[in-house]
Amino acid sequence: MDASTTMTDDTRTRADASTGAAALGAVLAALASGRIEVVDLTQTLSPEFPQIALPPEMGQCQPFRIEEVSRYDERGPGWYWNNFSCGEHTGTHFDAPIHWISGRHLPNNATDTIPPADFVAPAVVLDCSREAAADADFLLTVDFIERWESTHGRIPPRAWVLMRTDWSKRTDPVDYQNYDETGQHTPGPDTAAVRFLVEERDAIGFGTEAIGTDAGQAVHLRPPYPCHTFMHGAGRYGLQCLANLDRLPPTGALVFAAPLKIRQGSGSPLRVLAMVPR
Amino acid sequence: MTEPLARPPRKNPVLRTPLPTLPPGGRSRVGLGLTAAAAVGRFMLQHCRDCGAVQYPPREACHACLSVRLRWRDTDCGGELLSDTRLHHSNDLFFRERLPWRLGLVRLDAGCSVVAHLHGDVGPAPARVRLRLCLDRAGQAVMMALPPQDTPDMNDDPQLREMTCDPKFRKVLVTDGKSMVGQAMVRALASAGADLIWVGHAEPWKRMPGAEGLSALPQVAWVPLDVTDSRSVEELAGEIGGKVDIVVNTAELHRTHGISGRRGVDTARAEMDVNYLGLLRLAQAFGPALRGRAADGVPSAVAWVNLLSIYALTSFPAHGTYSASKAAAHSLAQCLRAEVRPAGVRVVNVYPGPVDDEWNQLLPPPKVAPAALAAAVVKALREGTEDVYPGDVAQEWFERWRDDPKALEREVSAGG
Amino acid sequence: MTRPHRMSYEDIAVTVPFTVPYERFSIRGAHWFVGRALDGLIREAGLPKQSIEGLVVSSFTLAPDTAVGVTQHLGLSPRWLDHVPTGGASGLMALRRAARAVQSGDADIVACIGADTNHVDSFRQSLGSFSQFARDATYPYGSGGPNSIFAFITAHYMQAYGATREDFGKLCIAQRENARRNENALLRKPLTMAEYLGARPIADPLRLFDCVMPCAGAEAFLVMTVQRARELHLPHATLLGAIERHNAYADDPIFVRGGWAVDAAELYAQAGLQATDIDFVQLYDDYPVIVTIQFEDLGFCAKGEGPAFVRSNSMTHDGSFPTNTSGGQLSAGQAGAAGGFLGINEAVRQLTGAAGSRAVSNARVGLVSGFGMVTYDRCLCTGAAILAAASA
Repeated sequence: MDASTTMTDDTRTRADASTGAAALGAVLAALASGRIEVVDLTQTLSPEFPQIALPPEMGQCQPFRIEEVSRYDERGPGWYWNNFSCGEHTGTHFDAPIHWISGRHLPNNATDTIPPADFVAPAVVLDCSREAAADADFLLTVDFIERWESTHGRIPPRAWVLMRTDWSKRTDPVDYQNYDETGQHTPGPDTAAVRFLVEERDAIGFGTEAIGTDAGQAVHLRPPYPCHTFMHGAGRYGLQCLANLDRLPPTGALVFAAPLKIRQGSGSPLRVLAMVPR
Repeated sequence: MTEPLARPPRKNPVLRTPLPTLPPGGRSRVGLGLTAAAAVGRFMLQHCRDCGAVQYPPREACHACLSVRLRWRDTDCGGELLSDTRLHHSNDLFFRERLPWRLGLVRLDAGCSVVAHLHGDVGPAPARVRLRLCLDRAGQAVMMALPPQDTPDMNDDPQLREMTCDPKFRKVLVTDGKSMVGQAMVRALASAGADLIWVGHAEPWKRMPGAEGLSALPQVAWVPLDVTDSRSVEELAGEIGGKVDIVVNTAELHRTHGISGRRGVDTARAEMDVNYLGLLRLAQAFGPALRGRAADGVPSAVAWVNLLSIYALTSFPAHGTYSASKAAAHSLAQCLRAEVRPAGVRVVNVYPGPVDDEWNQLLPPPKVAPAALAAAVVKALREGTEDVYPGDVAQEWFERWRDDPKALEREVSAGG
Repeated sequence: MTRPHRMSYEDIAVTVPFTVPYERFSIRGAHWFVGRALDGLIREAGLPKQSIEGLVVSSFTLAPDTAVGVTQHLGLSPRWLDHVPTGGASGLMALRRAARAVQSGDADIVACIGADTNHVDSFRQSLGSFSQFARDATYPYGSGGPNSIFAFITAHYMQAYGATREDFGKLCIAQRENARRNENALLRKPLTMAEYLGARPIADPLRLFDCVMPCAGAEAFLVMTVQRARELHLPHATLLGAIERHNAYADDPIFVRGGWAVDAAELYAQAGLQATDIDFVQLYDDYPVIVTIQFEDLGFCAKGEGPAFVRSNSMTHDGSFPTNTSGGQLSAGQAGAAGGFLGINEAVRQLTGAAGSRAVSNARVGLVSGFGMVTYDRCLCTGAAILAAASA
């Protein structure tokens, strides 16, 4: 399936059920035979996984915590289960437009009202791993995007733009958070790049491996937190704490990213899966 | 002269660990007045309000004039040792395991005769002594006759050491060593002769000024510990629990909200999760091993210290949710005491007034410096007290609370 | 000090001294020993059980029963009943109460019984709840009994008055010598000074032979009028005087004198006698220092001269000052509360010619004392009586 093709209403009315069924059948056959691989882009949810921390005066997003209810014992002899708690923005998670003040009045802006079709989308992967290794505060620029497009082609509309930095390979939480006395230092997009992706390329959302879609020092950009501001302000989405982006091709992957259907949810931890042609 | 305590040899792992035994712990209700005094390190006896006669043993009516107006008051603790003995036989398991054991009969200057444990540096009779009310291993008050002035290595006396929780040569877990109070606690314990101090820290990416300096202390071993994470607590307990002699729970979350000053329960929940449920997790994970080792030689398991707050007794409305979480912790700490006292472990609850840290920035002095708070904890461990009110504010609030809790409630809510 | 007129004890007879043989340990309950004692009394008196219409009992191990439970347990229906839980003073106190009951006509014949069993854990079990003051202020200190208290008292007495361990040893050895002629005594092997001095330390300066051996057993006697005793052909002693005093000298920082000293003059006045008229003494002997103090407090020497008195006398049954001629508790054993009755029974035996080979020759008058109930730092109860051989 060509990721640059969209199903217009016209196309849909011409396609009959058998064409859709045949397409799905082909996908299933490809999955079974390994010609399409399912790649997990999700970090494991555990109490050790770093949690974004705001200044102490503000409300905090709770880290993941899990308490055993019973484990084949006197609390429940034949079964094992846990209660867990976390924030909507814990671990690998989805940001809905309602999460940011710029998106708060948009229609269908919460996890329970976003059209489900938006949870299935193609993805492009921008490899910034070398740059991020050299500079933790690396900012993705329009220039970098255009150079990428000169090799890989124009970014298709309604696609996830995923910024690969190999940040998920920083397994020590201290390195992952990367704090010093001036705060956090993680890579992200600059203001112009975000506006370009929204206004010129109609991106469905932006995804990163670090703890935020915005760079660690994005409070100092103008406006602060441009990725949240402009993506959500345009009714687009965010994915953070992704992993295994190095196993995706620059183009051609299909990403499933469906958050929990929380009433008026601003986001949620989720399982992000990519179907990758081999 | 007291033999200074020698560094104990390493434990022989093939031998069965002796189980804790306790001295007789039954007391009448009036007798518990002595325990209340010993708990806070005071020497108090009943004085008759009508004729002034001092009473011992504690009783319901004055032995001189029959008045029932008997009041517990601080009393001169000086006395004359009239006679002393060394026990070579006892039917009681605790004492049988510790023979010979010295006892004395002391005539207090205040006018009563008292049977007392005798410090090794005292006697033989006749001799001047100073009496102290100590909590014995059963957590009940007993009289201990000490030399009139402190003597070198006085705390190392084997009989006195049975009453105290001295950190010397012991291994201590400080649950949060990164906070200002935690850092001070680690330093104070190192100076007090602790052999090994496990210093707990959570959120390793958050650095607190001064914390790294602790690594220079040879006794310090940093260990990951997040008291809001059950698995973190259980894993650490699994690793070191069998060696911890003293737990000092410094982990706390402190915010400065009442009820209407902020919307949402998230900070209150976080305070409860650290200050109350954190204690519960720690107690469940570390309690069993502690209880089994209260008779494990010189470095025996001996104490659990909880850093509470004087706001646990009465709400400080400006820090209302914090106060409530400390009140919950106070109640649970009493529960913990009831569970571990039969094993010979002392729960030491500390109720400072405002500490001189960032969250109490706006409160006027007097405030307790972290180092002073740490010193008060070490003193409590050395003297074997169990309820500690460090600093002027705590002392005053405690007296007001005992005098009339309702009056204190009003005074505090008026901003007093 | 002038006192209002006190009734004499004339016409009172103390008779049928009965001992239930002592055993170191017994599986029987205290009621068994009470029952054996009662049975012994009525058999030797030749009386039917129903004629016992007064009963006074003392026991530590009868709990949860008192004398009340005994009545139903043993099928008695007395019209006078008392329970005297005062340990080593209970015999003297029972005697005084029984005598007044008989004199007033409240009971014709009163059985006085001190009895206790002894299980392996009896001693330990009784300690924890002995008294409120003990629970709060003595028991927690590990002595597990009166040993530490009497160690204090002994050490202090030695320092204050120059008594030596040899002085106390002499007393113990003399009593052991007396016990050799008492088949009921549990300890009859002769004791040497070297053995006494080198015995296992208990609580300095007390060693093993300074302490009584707890055992099971009973001592009992009957109190009735002299006339009734003659009708029944019962050999008997008469009661010339009796005193008791509790919590005396409470302001003394440590025990150096007991309640006997308060009323000793009264005792001799009742009897119309002086200390020099006494032919033998049965003094309460929980520890040898207490025997020594009683020599002083009962008028046989001045305070502080006890050691000199011991050194210059012989306390064997045939010595210059026969003391505890049955061996006392220190050699016979302490069958609980029966220890408070042991001295009375031995006195009656001496005064009725029933003391066998340990008889004090020409024994006409004897003094018996009681001492008991260490509730905190000293025994609180004291008592004493002077008994005489019945006139022909």
